[in-house]
Amino acid sequence: MTVSNIQVSETPLVLYTLRRADDALVLGHRLSEWCGHAPILEEDMALANMGLDLLGQARELYSYAAKVEGRDNDEDKLAYLRDVRQYRNLLLLEQPNDDFARTMVRQLFYSAFADLYWRAMMKSSDQTLAAIAARSEKESAYHLRHSSEWIIRLGDGTEESHARAQAAVDHLWAFTGEMFAVDESEQALIHKGVAIDPATLRPLWLKTISDVLAEATLALPSSEWMQQGGRSGRHSEHLGHLLSELQYMQRSFPGLTW
Amino acid sequence: MVVGAERPEPQQRAWDAAASVVDPEIPVLTIADLGVLRHVAVAGDRVEVAITPTYSGCPAMNMIALEIELALAREGFPNAKVRTVLSPAWTTDWMSEEGRRKLKDYGIAPPEPKSSRRALFGVQEIKCPQCGSANTELLSEFGSTSCKALWRCKSCREPFDYFKCH
Repeated sequence: MTVSNIQVSETPLVLYTLRRADDALVLGHRLSEWCGHAPILEEDMALANMGLDLLGQARELYSYAAKVEGRDNDEDKLAYLRDVRQYRNLLLLEQPNDDFARTMVRQLFYSAFADLYWRAMMKSSDQTLAAIAARSEKESAYHLRHSSEWIIRLGDGTEESHARAQAAVDHLWAFTGEMFAVDESEQALIHKGVAIDPATLRPLWLKTISDVLAEATLALPSSEWMQQGGRSGRHSEHLGHLLSELQYMQRSFPGLTW
Repeated sequence: MVVGAERPEPQQRAWDAAASVVDPEIPVLTIADLGVLRHVAVAGDRVEVAITPTYSGCPAMNMIALEIELALAREGFPNAKVRTVLSPAWTTDWMSEEGRRKLKDYGIAPPEPKSSRRALFGVQEIKCPQCGSANTELLSEFGSTSCKALWRCKSCREPFDYFKCH
C-alpha cells in the first residue's frame, strides 16, 4: 500500500514555520535514537529529555504551520506525510549520531544558535511565534549548558576523547553556516518584523563556541566554506533513512492511532 | 447544624474543581500550586480553562487536560474546554509558597530562584530536602521528568530530585 505525500502551500510564513518545525523534529528524532544506547544511564535520560523538548517545540510549530496554511493538513500529516525533498531542516541536524562526541558537538553548535535565535524571536510581531520562542529559549539555554559541559569534559579529557571531539568539530563545522543564511522568502518576513535576521547573531554565536572550545582545549576550525541545501529540500542521504524509520508506521498503516 | 449553607458561585466552584487536579508525576502538587492553571471562565454551563505547559514536550499536559474535564464534569460542568496558552511562558516563579513547601516535604528540592540558568557554568547551591545540608552535588542535569534534575546529598548520602529553576 502506498500513501501519497501531502502537498503544502509554502507561503513565506508557512515555509518559515515548517523549517523550524523540521529542525526540532529531526534533531529530536536523532536524540531519541540514543535511547537505551547512551554511555551511562543519566546521559540516556538527558538525551531523551532534550529530544522531548524538541518534539514539543516541533508539535507547536507544525500545528501553527497547519493553521496558517489553512488547508486540511495538521501536525501529524506535516511530520509523517512529506518526503525528503519536502523537508526543510538544517543539514547539521540530520547528520548521524555517530559517536557521542559528534552527537554533542552537533548539539552544542545548534543549541548555542537556538538559544540566541529564540531569545531574539521573542520580539517577533507574530504573537504565536513569539510565544513559542519564549518557551523554546528556556529549553535551549539548558541544552546549551549541558552540551557545553560535555564538550569541555571530552576535549579536556583523555587523548582519545580529545581526538574524537576535535574530529567531530572539524567534521560538522561546514554545516554551521546554513544556520545564518536566509533566502528571499525569509527576507520578506524579516522586513515585516515577523522573523529576525540570523546573520546578526553570528558574532555572538562564534563567541560562545570559541569560549567553549578554548576551555575544552579544542581548535576552532578556520575553514569558511559552508555547505547548504536543507532549507530548500536538498538533503544528505541520511535524512531519507531517518524518515523511513520516523514515518514507517503512518506510511504502512495510514491513519493509525494509539 | 448548618442549614442551607450558601453554595459558592459557579465561578468559584469551577476554579476549585480545576484547581484540585494534581500533577500526575508529582501527585502532592495541584496544578494551582504549580502555576499551570491560569484562567477559568464560566458562561452558563460552559467552562473554558486555560493552562500553560511547563515544558514544550511535557507528556503530563494531555493527562492534566483530561483530568480537568473530568473534575469539572463531576462538579456539574459537562461542557468544559481546556486550551493551552503558551504566552507568557511558564516559570518556576509561578509556583506558590505552599507548593514549594509541599515539594520539599515530598522529598523534592524546590526550585531556587537565585540559581541563574544563564550562568553557563555557575555553581548552584541546592539544599538537601531530607537533611537540609547544602553540601550537595549534581549527578545529572536531567532527571526522571523534564522538570527535574538529579542531585545527591554528600552529608546524608541520599540522592534526591531537584525541581529545576526555569
